[in-house]
Amino acid sequence: MNIASRFQTPPEDGEPVQFTFDGELVTAPIGTSLAAALLSHSGDASRETATGAGRSAFCMMGVCFDCLVEVDGTPNTQACMTLVRDGMVVKRQIGLRGLTGGNDV
Amino acid sequence: MSAKHSEITIIGGGVVGLSVAMGLLQAGRRVCVLDGADSDARASQGNFGLVWGQGKGWNFAPYAKWTGEALAAWPEFSAKLTDLSGIDVALDQSGGFEFFTDADEMDEFAGMLAGQQSHIGNRFSHEVLSADDLHRQIDGIGEDVVGATFSKFDGHVNPLRFLRALRLSVQALGGTVKTNAQVTSVDPVTNGGFDLTLANGDTFGAEKVLLCAGLGAMKLAADLGFRTKIRPQRGELLITEKLRDRLPFISSTIRQVDEGGVQIGGTKADAGMDDSETLDVMAGLARHAVQVFPALADVRVIRAWGALRVMSPDGYPVYAQSNEHLGAYLVTCHSGVTLASLHASVLTDWIEDTSAAPDLEAFDEHRFTLSNAA
Ligand SMILES: Cc1cc2nc3c(=O)[nH]c(=O)nc-3n(C[C@H](O)[C@H](O)[C@H](O)COP(=O)(O)OP(=O)(O)OC[C@H]3O[C@@H](n4cnc5c(N)ncnc54)[C@H](O)[C@@H]3O)c2cc1C
Ligand code: FES
Repeated sequence: MNIASRFQTPPEDGEPVQFTFDGELVTAPIGTSLAAALLSHSGDASRETATGAGRSAFCMMGVCFDCLVEVDGTPNTQACMTLVRDGMVVKRQIGLRGLTGGNDV
Repeated sequence: MSAKHSEITIIGGGVVGLSVAMGLLQAGRRVCVLDGADSDARASQGNFGLVWGQGKGWNFAPYAKWTGEALAAWPEFSAKLTDLSGIDVALDQSGGFEFFTDADEMDEFAGMLAGQQSHIGNRFSHEVLSADDLHRQIDGIGEDVVGATFSKFDGHVNPLRFLRALRLSVQALGGTVKTNAQVTSVDPVTNGGFDLTLANGDTFGAEKVLLCAGLGAMKLAADLGFRTKIRPQRGELLITEKLRDRLPFISSTIRQVDEGGVQIGGTKADAGMDDSETLDVMAGLARHAVQVFPALADVRVIRAWGALRVMSPDGYPVYAQSNEHLGAYLVTCHSGVTLASLHASVLTDWIEDTSAAPDLEAFDEHRFTLSNAA
């Protein structure tokens, strides 16, 4: 099996889309995962654990849950399993989620 | 031989074996626990963590009474576990609900609780709540819920932390717990005592042997002449992501672990030794949870598993001493979490046959012989 069949080529020349991350405007090529977009935007933690420790995307394949963010009001969304979309409202996931959705709802 | 000889050997290191070990160690005995393979069915690693009375022994007074005593003994037991292991098992006995979506089922259960109440008086307490009462008491209960029963004595612990606390407590008291020690045969020795053989060929001697191996006791119990036929009963459960908010209730099918995750469970199926989870049962559990507490609809399920209950023919505990082989005991039960507080205390008096021994005649296995004969 060659490597190209297992890994997707990064969409370098995709159309740019824009979304907000805690209010800040971020631009990324269409087809990028949200986790990749956040990592290339800044090295800052994209979530805080229940005990307040910072975390950002790690495995990039849906296993470690370190990439959790709030997307359009839905808490605990795996950024590595989500593609960027124009107008997405993304927020850091701070601690555990509440019973009734994210901070937006 | 001496390093491999102990006064009391317990076969099985689940919550039953470890609780019994804790009691015997506190009574000053030298105890070794031999625990089998990781691939064994282990109810102690898959259970719901309820410390629960409602419905238990409604038509069998000794079990109703025994369960009532177990609930009352839990606060002291939990404090002892924390003392010995440094682990807080998160005991919460603030009362528990059984929710109903079917009025007839609720009436039937209320009748059972009345029976249970008549057996044990003030060691039990229950209320029957109409839908109106319930909605007034708890915000967010679903429209389909027709009512609930409530007992102020019911509660829960964190089940995995409990198992760990037990094991550490046994070790803190000087007990030995050997893992990967699957006993393949127990042979009575002519002058008293037993020779045990392990799957890896090791041998082990003991004056007394307590068979607490859950479903793994099936074969060894028969070899030692016990008559109890233990059977598996599968339960499935769901675990949700952890929540910051606390659920406003504990129930027998929906409960929140202290760390925030919600456990949803309570199914029963005969599936032999197959402990896999099934899609239709998982879907049913999710539906039930949302029916009872609609806010859960938005919460993700992140894990699901099946686990096998350890059931005696009538579902009540078995505390039996072999007539043929003095010093061999069979201790097994469903609800081994709930009953652990007694297994780690007064059951010791029964094993040691002291004057303080509780009357456990009703839990002897001769009840199965009698019912077979009838
Ligand atoms: C889905 C589910 C939910 C439950 N919910 C609750 C609840 O809410 N409250 C409650 O009180 N109870 C509950 N229970 C019941 C409770 O979990 C059991 O009663 C209890 O765990 C039984 O413990 P045990 O030590 O007898 O068995 P196990 O946990 O099965 O332990 C037996 C041990 O013996 C070992 N073993 C087996 N064969 C051998 C051998 N030949 N040699 C050496 N070792 C051996 C195994 O490796 C195992 O570690 C639930 C059970 C299930 C399945
Ligand atoms: S980065 Fe590991 S699950 Fe998303």
